[in-house]
Amino acid sequence: MPDSTFLDTTELVLNMGPQHPSTHGVLRVILKLDGEKVLGTECVIGYLHRGVEKIAENRTYAQFNPYVDRMDYVAAISNGLGYCLAVEKLLNVEAPPRAQAIRVILTELNRIASHLLWLGTHALDIGAITPVFYCLREREEALKIFEKYCGARLTTHAFRIGGLLYETYDGFEQEIRDFCTMFVPHVDEYEDLLTHNRIWVGRLKDVGILSGEECKEYGVTGPVLRAAGVEWDLRKAQPYSGYEKYDFEIPIRQNGDTYDRYMVRMAEMRQSVRIMQQAVEAIPEGPIMGKVGKVIKPPVGEAYVSIEAPKGELGYYVVSDGSTQPYRVRVRPPSFVNLQALDRMIRGGLVADVVAVIGTLDIVLGEIDR
Amino acid sequence: MADEQKPGGSEAAPPPGSEAAGQPVKPAAEAPKPAPPKPAAPKPAPPPPKPPATMAATPWESDLARELKETFGEGISATSTYLGQNFIVAKPGSAIPILEYLKLESDFDYLVDITAVDWPKRAERFDVVYILYSFSRNERVRVKVLIADGFQPETAVGVHLTANWLEREVYDMFGIEFAGHPDMRRILMPDEWQGYPLRKDYGILQQDQRWVRENLGIESGQ
Repeated sequence: MPDSTFLDTTELVLNMGPQHPSTHGVLRVILKLDGEKVLGTECVIGYLHRGVEKIAENRTYAQFNPYVDRMDYVAAISNGLGYCLAVEKLLNVEAPPRAQAIRVILTELNRIASHLLWLGTHALDIGAITPVFYCLREREEALKIFEKYCGARLTTHAFRIGGLLYETYDGFEQEIRDFCTMFVPHVDEYEDLLTHNRIWVGRLKDVGILSGEECKEYGVTGPVLRAAGVEWDLRKAQPYSGYEKYDFEIPIRQNGDTYDRYMVRMAEMRQSVRIMQQAVEAIPEGPIMGKVGKVIKPPVGEAYVSIEAPKGELGYYVVSDGSTQPYRVRVRPPSFVNLQALDRMIRGGLVADVVAVIGTLDIVLGEIDR
Repeated sequence: MADEQKPGGSEAAPPPGSEAAGQPVKPAAEAPKPAPPKPAAPKPAPPPPKPPATMAATPWESDLARELKETFGEGISATSTYLGQNFIVAKPGSAIPILEYLKLESDFDYLVDITAVDWPKRAERFDVVYILYSFSRNERVRVKVLIADGFQPETAVGVHLTANWLEREVYDMFGIEFAGHPDMRRILMPDEWQGYPLRKDYGILQQDQRWVRENLGIESGQ
């Protein structure tokens, strides 16, 4: 008799993706399985690599601005804000107060839109079909505001280095107010559907745990870090664009599991509404463009500027050689760094949880591959 | 009228004139030839004079900077600050001890990013930049190491796990191999790709022709 039968030869390598609806883009995950149990994973990425950082070196500062929208394409406005702030830092200028307030409103609106897309698809991955329709319904309202403001819904190119190109349209403030009053009851609605739903809780609780220490070790930021009990948000820690003026909380949870990350993001949407409500009542009058020349030519130097994007710390390390084109633009994408923790989160878990964990990381492959 | 003018212009540059039918294309390509120096001139012009112009960084004076200088002495070439952002220029060999020291003694427990910058004209061709953050101090610091082409800096994976993918990306884009890295492979580009795209001598339209032919079955990806 052989010592082992085929029943014992349990290791199986399973290829998930790159064409898989639950990998949120072209992500390939190689899973090593023992029955239902995941022994290890390996991510294969780069299918969407477009060489954005190389393109930056061959464009002027202003020309590169629209390209950043194509990285995290569900939160294009955050990408644009980070890039504009980085170049403004190199130029040592600041956007005027009016531009800053409008930037905050639009960025927070974009955070809501990004979180809504995450919630809808995450629920869809878990098997809850309904929330995605609700989420896209409200997201549509946010996208309409973007479209009215700058003509584009996703790759908005809403901000310019030094401020804004467009003044707000008539009725902008009222539409933001209406969105806020409309939106909060809808968050309650999503929570009615999910928060105490037995299947939802069963699928998410204690799945993909990542402790606060592990988050720091892996450089994981954003809602994933905050769900692990670390109260850290760049909008509070190192405020930019006037975030210090607004009263809001950093939602945190303690367990660091998928359910807590869900709770943190739900709470964040409510906080974003708070910020928007305060900002829209206090948009100062004045110019929307700072003192930036027609030709953007920062002095020789380098700067690293990061913002709290919906997915975590989004940083731009820009090196200038004094010419009109950046010498080097390095994008520090939150999704890329967060994805690295996938293996730690899923090792020892079940195959069915892989989808839940990929969903909870809220990755966008356009940003990972750049 | 317009037709007469165009051939007239192309005759001035005789060789392509033989293709009568193809004239709109070729003369168009030929005619602007005298012009390009003007738009092209600003581009090549800045690089030669500019690199010598250095960053207007000022020395970084703080307890931490002093402490680091005392501990590492020769290992640190400069501690500077520019636009309110502090950075340390370190010798290649002392980068990892500095990261470790900063993590254990000064609480810089979050490695934000590792990246590189290519300066082809410099003897030490690459800057390898480590961006660090401390949650408790709410402070950032960059550690910059100047290395020559072919030098293999030590990996930071032993200090910060997140360095794994970040170093792989630096290797992928710049060809800087990190010694002791557990998994030194390309990460974004295909494994068999030849060349390192973010090096300055790698053209924006350049590609690995052989890879494209073999894997995509086409002559060019352009």
